[in-house]
Amino acid sequence: MIAAGPDTDLEAYRLRARAWLAENMRRLDATSVRDGLTETTDEQAVERTSHARRLQRKLFDGGFAGICVPVEYGGQGLTFDHQRVFNEEIEGYEMPATLQVPTMSPCAAVILDFGTDEQKRRHIPPILRGEAVWVQMLSEPSGGSDVAGALTTAVRDGDHWIVNGSKVWTSGAWRSDWALLLARTNWDVPKHQGLTVFMIAIHQPGIEIRRIPMLNGANDFCQEYMTDVRIPDSDRIGDVDAGWTVGRRWMYHERAAKAGGSIYVSRPASSTGGQSVSGGVGRDLVALAERMGTIDDGPARQLIGEAETMSVVGRALSTRIAEGVQSGAFTDQAAAIARIYNGMMETRLATIAFELSGRGAVAWTEADADVGDRGIAFLMRQRHCIGGGTIEMSRNAVGERVLGFPRDATPDRDRPFREVQRNALAR
Amino acid sequence: MVTAEQAALVDVSRKFLDTACSSTRIRELADDPDATARFWREGAALGWTSLLVSEADGGGCVSDSGLGDLTLIATEFGRHAAPGPLLAANLAAAALSRHGTADQKRQALGGLLDGSLIGTAWLGGGKASPVRATASAGGCRLSGHLTPVEAAADAGYFIVAAGTDAGTALFCVPASADGVTVEPLHSLDLTRRFGAVRLDDVDLPDSALMAGPPDGARAVAWLTDLACVVQAAEMAGAADRAFELAVDWALHRFSFGRTLASYQAIKHRYADMKTWLEACHAIAGSAARAVGEGGDDASRMASAAKAHVSHYGPEIVHECVQMLGGIGVTSDHDVHLYLRRVVVNVPIHGGVAEHHERVTALLQRGR
Repeated sequence: MIAAGPDTDLEAYRLRARAWLAENMRRLDATSVRDGLTETTDEQAVERTSHARRLQRKLFDGGFAGICVPVEYGGQGLTFDHQRVFNEEIEGYEMPATLQVPTMSPCAAVILDFGTDEQKRRHIPPILRGEAVWVQMLSEPSGGSDVAGALTTAVRDGDHWIVNGSKVWTSGAWRSDWALLLARTNWDVPKHQGLTVFMIAIHQPGIEIRRIPMLNGANDFCQEYMTDVRIPDSDRIGDVDAGWTVGRRWMYHERAAKAGGSIYVSRPASSTGGQSVSGGVGRDLVALAERMGTIDDGPARQLIGEAETMSVVGRALSTRIAEGVQSGAFTDQAAAIARIYNGMMETRLATIAFELSGRGAVAWTEADADVGDRGIAFLMRQRHCIGGGTIEMSRNAVGERVLGFPRDATPDRDRPFREVQRNALAR
Repeated sequence: MVTAEQAALVDVSRKFLDTACSSTRIRELADDPDATARFWREGAALGWTSLLVSEADGGGCVSDSGLGDLTLIATEFGRHAAPGPLLAANLAAAALSRHGTADQKRQALGGLLDGSLIGTAWLGGGKASPVRATASAGGCRLSGHLTPVEAAADAGYFIVAAGTDAGTALFCVPASADGVTVEPLHSLDLTRRFGAVRLDDVDLPDSALMAGPPDGARAVAWLTDLACVVQAAEMAGAADRAFELAVDWALHRFSFGRTLASYQAIKHRYADMKTWLEACHAIAGSAARAVGEGGDDASRMASAAKAHVSHYGPEIVHECVQMLGGIGVTSDHDVHLYLRRVVVNVPIHGGVAEHHERVTALLQRGR
């Protein structure tokens, strides 16, 4: 008998996962991935979410949901190494990608970090079974980067809180179930000291959802308007007015999830190296250049080499940061480094794909819609540097919290929030 | 993750380099080839030359990856802008250990390992070799002009990739052979020396052939992968030290009543440098693992490492110079030592364009 140890456990785990996936999950093809990148009708979007829920249920029944989540909350209670092995094995398989971010991370991650035992028992199992899809209510019309400047207010009323305000940039709220909400519970203390985090059911009286049209035709982003919404105090996460402690960890989970370093996210390792049809950025672009008849041209070959290099480097960096944070070699703020790289990489990859696509990226027939997609993706390229926290904010985090440079002077840090200058409220 | 044995190897080397390559000593070594040769022999005793040589051939390493060990040393070399033909000697030793005849090993490996003999290599860096090899009466005849070759003037042996009618071949050329001339070159590097090697109808016995076609291309690819990985690690080390100096500068340099580090625009520039730098370390490490394991992705990872670090290495150090202001372009300040080290590695064994091309060609072959 071979003695059990971490390595043998991991290898056995890998083989078990591999066999289960081969038996139970469908392999990806070009159409299934393309579907994920284009705009859809509402019916298609709902069906896609339902499909993801079914896949998540399958993972749960197979014992592969919540790999690092404690067993008492429905997870497998294993290690980051196991999650990483699983992320290698799921390469090429259809997975419930839309349920990873933000449902697993940051939402489930925050609940696991700060929720009560009762809250975890109530919400984690449904998440792991695909029965609950979560979103984040953070950004507001008056500010996205200034997260702590939230104006949405919760006022205590006995065992409940009454919430008024508006949140924005909530992806998929219209087809989701629950949200983590950051709200102001005290206007008379400095801004960071008057916040509280709540769990809130999305579809209830008092919450009006507006869809936001994006320049690429997508309309999955939402704005929510809350009017006198009642939340039970038992849905509060963490202490009253201590929401910023929760919020900081929430931001960390968001950055880690984006950069491929989250212990709760099941996503193929290759996906941190840029989006692609075939799971390989370079191979994808080789196919594009062959299609365009430029595969033997020096400039095209240089762009392809550059793209593949960036992708390979991105994956190496994500692993380095994730391992460093896990081992303690890096502060968890180092996740911001991977986020910066990811933003710069994705914008450059979108630019390279646009250049390789030539004229077909700006005007195309229906038959060449996938080439047109490269043009649309180029128009949207800055989203990679904006969504999930701007790279400017990540640069602040790296400068101040990784390199230890002095914080900027801020006129709002120590004054009662009520007195701080802010944007006018717009409907 | 570094093992305890690797940490010990690095620690010993670092202490040695801290003294031997201090700010003052580095400038002295620049003008003193004898001191450099002594320095190299002392370093060889620390294990700098044995890491890619099999134990059977008298080599050895401290972990299960000699290449991993070597990249850690290379990083220290970069951090100290150290002299000595670390890469050249290791390429020659690796080539002899894997492809050398018993005779070649007997003649050259011992000296390479103890540092009394210098070896170097010309691999082509992704381009066709300027050296042609043809069959001759006693064996083969090599002709061509190779420039620049690290440590050429001091080398006893040249490992040369040559073109033949049937494809690439790898040769071991003794510096003492008739028709071999070496011209010392000026270079941007202060402490490493380069030469141009001219081969004028150099006649060699068949035994000089280390790997003929079709094995020759594979041998050259493997040595190129080793070179890319070691260079990437060295350049990452040099950029790392330059960044360290620049961070210290920003934290302590006052301007308009507050430190440079307190300005957001400056913070953002440093954040980008830190990002590129961590990416350099990451890909150097990943490529070392991939090449050490010898899998299908080894060459693609090695070329990605060389391409990435060849672009970002200089960019990081130039940004450091920019942050330093005027003193950054003096020879008083140390930053130029690291700038030179990073920049000189760029085109040797292939630069950004060559390695982007190699990556694309590998992708087309399903690698």
